[in-house]
Amino acid sequence: MGLDRVADPALRRLALPCLLGAAASLAAAAPVAEDTMAQRMQACTVCHGPSGRAATDGYYPRIAGKPAGYLYNQLLNFREGRRRYAPMTALIDTLSDDYLREVAGYFASLDLPYAMQQPPSAPPEMLRRGEALVMHGDAARQLPACVQCHGPQLTGVAPWIPGLLGLPADYLNGQLGAWKVGIRRAQAPDCMAQVVQRMPEQDIAAVARWLAAQPIPANYKPAAALTQPLPLPCGVVGGALR
Amino acid sequence: MRRWLKHWPWALLAVLLLVPATLVWLNVRDEDAIVDTPDVKGTAEQVARGEYLARAGDCMACHTARGGQPYAGGRGIDTPFGIVFAPNITPDKATGIGEWSPGHFWRALHNGRARDGRLLYPAFPYPNYTRVSREDADALYFYLKSLPPVQQKNQPHALRFPYDSQIALGVWRALFFRPRHFEADPARSAVWNRGAYLVQGLGHCNACHAARNVLGATSGPTDLGGGLIAAQNWYAPALTWSPGEGGVADWDAKDIVALLKHGVNGKAWVKGPMADVVLYSTQYLNDADLHAMAIYLKAPVREDDERRRQPAGEALLQHGAKLYATHCAKCHGDKGEGAPPAYPPLAGNRAVTMEPPANLVRMVLGGGFPPATAGNPRPYGMAPFAMVLSNDDISAVVTYVRTSWGNEGSMVSSFDVQRYREGSGP
Repeated sequence: MGLDRVADPALRRLALPCLLGAAASLAAAAPVAEDTMAQRMQACTVCHGPSGRAATDGYYPRIAGKPAGYLYNQLLNFREGRRRYAPMTALIDTLSDDYLREVAGYFASLDLPYAMQQPPSAPPEMLRRGEALVMHGDAARQLPACVQCHGPQLTGVAPWIPGLLGLPADYLNGQLGAWKVGIRRAQAPDCMAQVVQRMPEQDIAAVARWLAAQPIPANYKPAAALTQPLPLPCGVVGGALR
Repeated sequence: MRRWLKHWPWALLAVLLLVPATLVWLNVRDEDAIVDTPDVKGTAEQVARGEYLARAGDCMACHTARGGQPYAGGRGIDTPFGIVFAPNITPDKATGIGEWSPGHFWRALHNGRARDGRLLYPAFPYPNYTRVSREDADALYFYLKSLPPVQQKNQPHALRFPYDSQIALGVWRALFFRPRHFEADPARSAVWNRGAYLVQGLGHCNACHAARNVLGATSGPTDLGGGLIAAQNWYAPALTWSPGEGGVADWDAKDIVALLKHGVNGKAWVKGPMADVVLYSTQYLNDADLHAMAIYLKAPVREDDERRRQPAGEALLQHGAKLYATHCAKCHGDKGEGAPPAYPPLAGNRAVTMEPPANLVRMVLGGGFPPATAGNPRPYGMAPFAMVLSNDDISAVVTYVRTSWGNEGSMVSSFDVQRYREGSGP
């Protein structure tokens, strides 16, 4: 027995009173569950902002318009314990791979303007240090530059690698810190974990501040493909994304 | 008296010998001798049957860690006595059950003793599995032996003293466990008996749906009187006789089947630990077995369903009504009518008025989706409000919902809300 047989009559029963209600301009129309992803994803927007634009408090990140593969991997990571945030894990714990892939695709497909960000205050030498690490890395420590993987404009590379702009400094700091202590992980080999291990805390803070201070390019879209080989093997890149 | 006193050393010695001997006897009674070896092979039908039965028993729920290899163990089960870690049950010789024979496996399921003779903790629900037939136990064994072996060492349990000792466990078993076979009730239909076998045995429904005493024991596999799941703070409602909780006596069997199969039906959603049960277990059961469970669960209603009611203050209700209009009405309707099956109605919904209010509060705090099952692959979700609403706000809005549109629930205080903030599980 498919859900259709359960769902359809119920939705049909709802549709009629709803139409009648609209015609009579009643103030209290019965709620309708539209058969859309936007309707299904209401559970996400309380924290991630309307349509996943990001919330005002600076902690819940934007999910709209991020690369689909990246979002899908994060959903899997929460479900399988590689990323730890109990409310997020509890929310999606009983969803299937197929549905999570659809959820990721839905938010990736949203094209919404970015809100103006308040750039964080930071001493100039900290910002200079951050910029140097993002653009050039540190050869002495075999630390690759952010731009080597996250795209020359730091807008990410479809479909697996996220952009780094438009994220609050607190969020970036929190994520890099979590990677450093091992409570955020990615599919093995976890290249980002290796990168973060080569960064002392003050470098993490400098990178986060500089990234958060950058203006968002007018056309903030992930690059279509990698233009150079990755400096480290990364488990997150590749795999099946239908 | 004086003559007795003269012999007290002998009496003491007798007691000292008799007590441990009785304890040992109580713990090994009704055991079969193990005569088989681990190299017995099952047929393809047995393996397939075992796979189905492993679903019915939801073995995976405990024996697979989050993000871990199937059946390789490592998941911690939180109990009031500490954490019990489920072991590796893949056929790895060193760390799994590779060296177990069908007889050892049967003794674990039926008698609660491991291959090495250790008594097993009843977090492994052998007080239920003891009712599983030898034939089904063998099929399960052959299925597990057909899996790829995973080398993963078992994590020792993290139980507090004295619960970590085999003697304490032996006493527990002497008090609360006796191996027994499922006995069909000849006065009932074959379908009812099949349902009873599944619900009492592999289904281990009463592991959650019954109250536990201070030592963590239920009154037995037929008790489905409802219970708060200690470490998770979800309330598993009474199933058999309570019209105000989860009783299904007045439901059509097909609605019960739909809920177990799809996780939603026209009247209800499953959530919390039951969402996992549907996701990993009941959605895979065939319609005949689900129907049998439904028939068994449709037991007679007991009429003494009394609920405590506390009147709620007017100010609290007004605040609740305002919050409801802002956060809830868009999906659940101005009159709590909902939009089923996407958004369940709140008016006349037992999960809303149930005592204790654990599930309603957990739902508002954590939100979430019903399980994505084959029959409901793209479920609608509810937002979590733990980060949006304060304890006082949640107290107001759930009290409003529990007392509006004909609902006759009791008031929920912000203290109650705080209590249910601390809980685990989806």
